[in-house]
Order: sequence, then structure tokens, then C-alpha cells
Amino acid sequence: MRIAVASGKGGTGKTTVAVSLALSAPGRAALLDCDVEEPNAALFLKLNGIEESAVTVPVPVIDESACTSCGECARFCEFNAIVHIGTTVMVFPELCHSCGGCALVCPVDAIREEPVAIGTLACASVSRAGESPLRIIQGLLSIGNAMSPPVIRAVKDRSAAEQEAGAVDVFEIIDSPPGTSCPMGTAVTGADYVVLVTEPTPFGLHDLDLAVKTVRKMGIPFGVIVNRSDSGDDRVVRYCGQEGIDLLLQIPEDRRIAEGYSRGQPLVESAPEYRSVFSALAVRMKTSARPASGGVQ
Amino acid sequence: MKELIIISGKGGTGKTSMTAAIASLASRSGTAVFADCDVDAADLHLLFNPKVQEKREFISGHVARIDPLKCISTGQDGGCADCAALCRFDAISLSGAAGCVVEEGSCEGCGVCVRFCPAHAIDFPDRRCGEQYVSNTRFGVLVHAALDIRAENSGKLVTSVRKDAKRIAGEKNADWIIVDGSPGTGCPVIASITGADAALVVTEPTVSGLHDLERVASLAKHLGVRFFVAVNKADINPAQSDEIRSWCGRNSVPFLGTMPWDPSVTRAQIAGKSIIEYNPSCPASLAAASLWDALVAELQ
Repeated sequence: MRIAVASGKGGTGKTTVAVSLALSAPGRAALLDCDVEEPNAALFLKLNGIEESAVTVPVPVIDESACTSCGECARFCEFNAIVHIGTTVMVFPELCHSCGGCALVCPVDAIREEPVAIGTLACASVSRAGESPLRIIQGLLSIGNAMSPPVIRAVKDRSAAEQEAGAVDVFEIIDSPPGTSCPMGTAVTGADYVVLVTEPTPFGLHDLDLAVKTVRKMGIPFGVIVNRSDSGDDRVVRYCGQEGIDLLLQIPEDRRIAEGYSRGQPLVESAPEYRSVFSALAVRMKTSARPASGGVQ
Repeated sequence: MKELIIISGKGGTGKTSMTAAIASLASRSGTAVFADCDVDAADLHLLFNPKVQEKREFISGHVARIDPLKCISTGQDGGCADCAALCRFDAISLSGAAGCVVEEGSCEGCGVCVRFCPAHAIDFPDRRCGEQYVSNTRFGVLVHAALDIRAENSGKLVTSVRKDAKRIAGEKNADWIIVDGSPGTGCPVIASITGADAALVVTEPTVSGLHDLERVASLAKHLGVRFFVAVNKADINPAQSDEIRSWCGRNSVPFLGTMPWDPSVTRAQIAGKSIIEYNPSCPASLAAASLWDALVAELQ
């Protein structure tokens, strides 16, 4: 069971919702921080037993003694990551998408792929009162690297690998990157249900509409949480009504929550009455998710 | 002419509201051209009310498309699935009667499947990623874009938007190019700030705000882009705001100033105006004006 918490617009409260769900979900739960350009979920949690590992992608290395400088690899590369000038072939790893095509097209087998680190995975556990510990897996894109999707895929793969060992279904919560392009798509792909977090403003509605179109195109059931629900106007609520979208929760503006957030305190601790709300929400998502409903909103 | 990019690391700190405030201020005393490089979730047009003058498709890269009539896959395990086996992006799946099918949102356009399909059943058309616009607004020309749903290449679209803005600014002999950037540190942000004269990082007084500032500051340093820091909604947590100021001091990063939390900012957004237009004497407007003066003093 995998829930992705996403939003078109940044700063609407994705991490707040993801952390609250993770701390309140009954049974086994894992929080996957896929906002790898700016992962923040761990700032709100007390981590135990942190293990780190590198995320690598394969990048071509040219064996100059075998290379005949035919230029086939450079002609094939769609990303200009290999340049062929005269008798020199140069690789620009930061442009490489690791498709493996250059090694396949080289007629003399002069290209091999070597792993290059582009980020870090950190795994840890967090104790939860009255529940089994929460597993957290965080991806972090190294500064200067442009492509976050491989790091996002590594977070999801790691979680899947950990689960094969245990038979009990884990409630996975993905903290997605903002926006609607490749990083968000990569994070949300494979989710059984998506929670779109927004705010009741023109920007919030505009970006929610983009996110709704994206998630509909992906065919995943979804619902909306309106954060700081009394800070703007009723345009998001009206939109959800017109579009027949499930309005999961409205969280009014609350000084306790804002101050707690600023210090790194999760919402369900600064406003404990929300713990049962998020716990009920987790249960509700389990029932409206893809396998149960079999349909798309 | 100076090109200034407004970025934040963390999303939702007030980049776009700040960009609109700067638009009001910069267009008073000179000529400015504007660009919205947050192409993933572009919102600046909601405040600028642009009248589109030019519109063109943004085409970048290619996408694999399998011709079901030529595909020799049976759509079942055991038949040909060379394309799916070679694809490193999990973009191709077996789909029963239709044979192999490309999920365009996951296809990165590498061309490996096209080259190695034994039945030559895969086309590789140009990929439309979105639309790009040049518009007139009350502040000056705005170059903006809309990325298609599930499209790729946001970084290239950012580069294309900036290039248009630069060309127009040259033609108009503009004093400023003011660019609304995107959150994060990845592809669109790198494309937004590389080669700019300066970046203004708008952050907020929270642990996330500082964490994300540290990362985007490292990126700006890595790319050799000069940058300044402003803290929005500073009074939400004055201690954390001070912490950000002292972090800037320790790291020799110019700290420009703060803006208070002000409900007028949301009201201005609902009215489709910049905060300066909405209420020039509210606390947020006064703070934005003094931030802008400080920036101008630094950059001129």
C-alpha cells in the first residue's frame, strides 16, 4: 500500500501531512522522502540508527586503446553527453541520462559503464508511541547534479527491497517533490493513492489544477487536503465540488502549528488532536486506493 | 542590464509574491523585462494578467512511439520484449493485444529501443513539451511558459525562456531582467541561475527554510552565482530568523533584510495585484521596498 503526498505548488504542507500520516498510521509504516532536492521530513523526526549509502548511476568510460574514434557513440547520444571532435571522444557525465545506448552501439566494445555517485540514501527508524517503529528512507541529490529521478527511484527501490523480507504489508508514505514534471511523476508512479496538499489561494488552486490533471493522466485515485484553509477564500473547495474531488481534510491556520513547524515539531505533536484525524485518514485511504476501488476518479 | 533571479530552495516562501513586488518597484524607475522560469508550476501570470503577443510550441528531444501494426510482441511474457528489456526508465510495458506500449511520461527519449527493435517498429518523433509565450503586461514584457502535463525537459524550457527574455531586454535596452525561479536545487534551478548576475534567495524562519537555504546557497556557490538572502514572515519565529542571519554572517553571505508576515500578501494575490499595488504602505510593502533599495545599491 503506497500513498504519495504531492502538490503542484511548493510550501503548501506536503511534508507536514506526510510526517503526520507516518506518525499516526496504524501498523507497519515507512516514510519515503522523495523530495530529494530539498528533503525535510527528517528535520521533524528523531532518527535512530542512521545508515547511509551512495546512490550511483552508470556513466560511460571510454577505453582509449580500443576506441577507433568512429563517432558512433556521440552521434547516438541524444543528450550531447558524448562529444566527438577529430580523434578525441569526450564524456560529459552531468549530461548523461545513463540509458546505456553508447555502450550498446559501440562497434568495438570500447565503452564500459562505471558507477558515479549522484546522491545519498539515508535509512533510519523512528519510535512511535503505541505503534511499531516508523522506517524512514531519505534520498538526497548531491549539489550540482541536475537529475533527481534516479535518486527518487533509488528510495523507492530500497523500500521495496526491505519489504520483500517481511510478509506484512507496509503502509508506505511518499513525500513527493513539488511541481508536476519528471521528479514529481517519478515519485508518484506506482502509488495506490495520491494526497494533493494545497492552500486556498489563486496560486494554490492553479497549481492544484495542474497536479489534478497529472494524477488523472496517471490514473491514480486521489483526494485533496486544504492547508491553512481559512487564510484565503473558498475557491479550492468550490473547485473540488465542481470536479467531484474528495476533500479529505481542511486544516485551519493555527499559530501553534506554524510555530511548531518553524522549530521542527510535527503537526500531530504541536496540535495533538490531529493524531486521530490522521490515523482515520490513513485507514480511509487504504479503502479508497486503487486495488479496492479499481477505478479512477 | 542586470539579470536577477528570485529563488528559494524551499517552496512556498513567497518567491512569486516577491517577484511581483519587485516588478512594481523596478518598472517605476526604469525598464524591466520579466520571465517566469518556474515552468513546472508557473504562477506569475496570475498577478501579471498578461496579454499574449507571441505563442510558440516548445519542442525538445524525442519520444519513442511503437507502431502496434509492426510490433512483433505478443504482449505476453515469452514473446519479443527487447525494447522493454533495454529501457532503463521502465517506460515500456507489455500490454496484451497492443504488444509493447511506451508510457510517454516515463520515456526520456534516449533512442535505445528505437535502434534495437528487431522489427523496426518504433518511431522517434520530436517531442512537444509545452508552450512558450511573450506577453505585454502593466509592468513590461513577460516571457513565460507552460510545460505540458507529464512533459520532460523543464530545464531546457527554462533556458529557452531566459534566452527570449535576454533578447527582448537587449532590444529594449532594459535596465533589468527579473526572473521568477523554481524551488529545489535540480535541473530547472540550475538552468535558471547559471550565468545570472545575481540571485535573491527568499527563505522563511523555519528549520526547513534554513536547511533548504544551505543547499541552494551551496548550489549558487558551485555555479559561481552571486546571491543575497531575505527572510520572509520573519516574525513567525524571530529566533530562527536571527539564526538565518547569523548563518549568513558565518558564511559571508550578504543578508539583505526581512519581511514581516502580513495578511495583505494573500489578499493582494486574491486581488491579482502585487503587494505594492494592493497597499503600498502595509508592512510587507514597506519591507519589500527597502529590500529592493538594498539590492539596487548592491548591484549598481
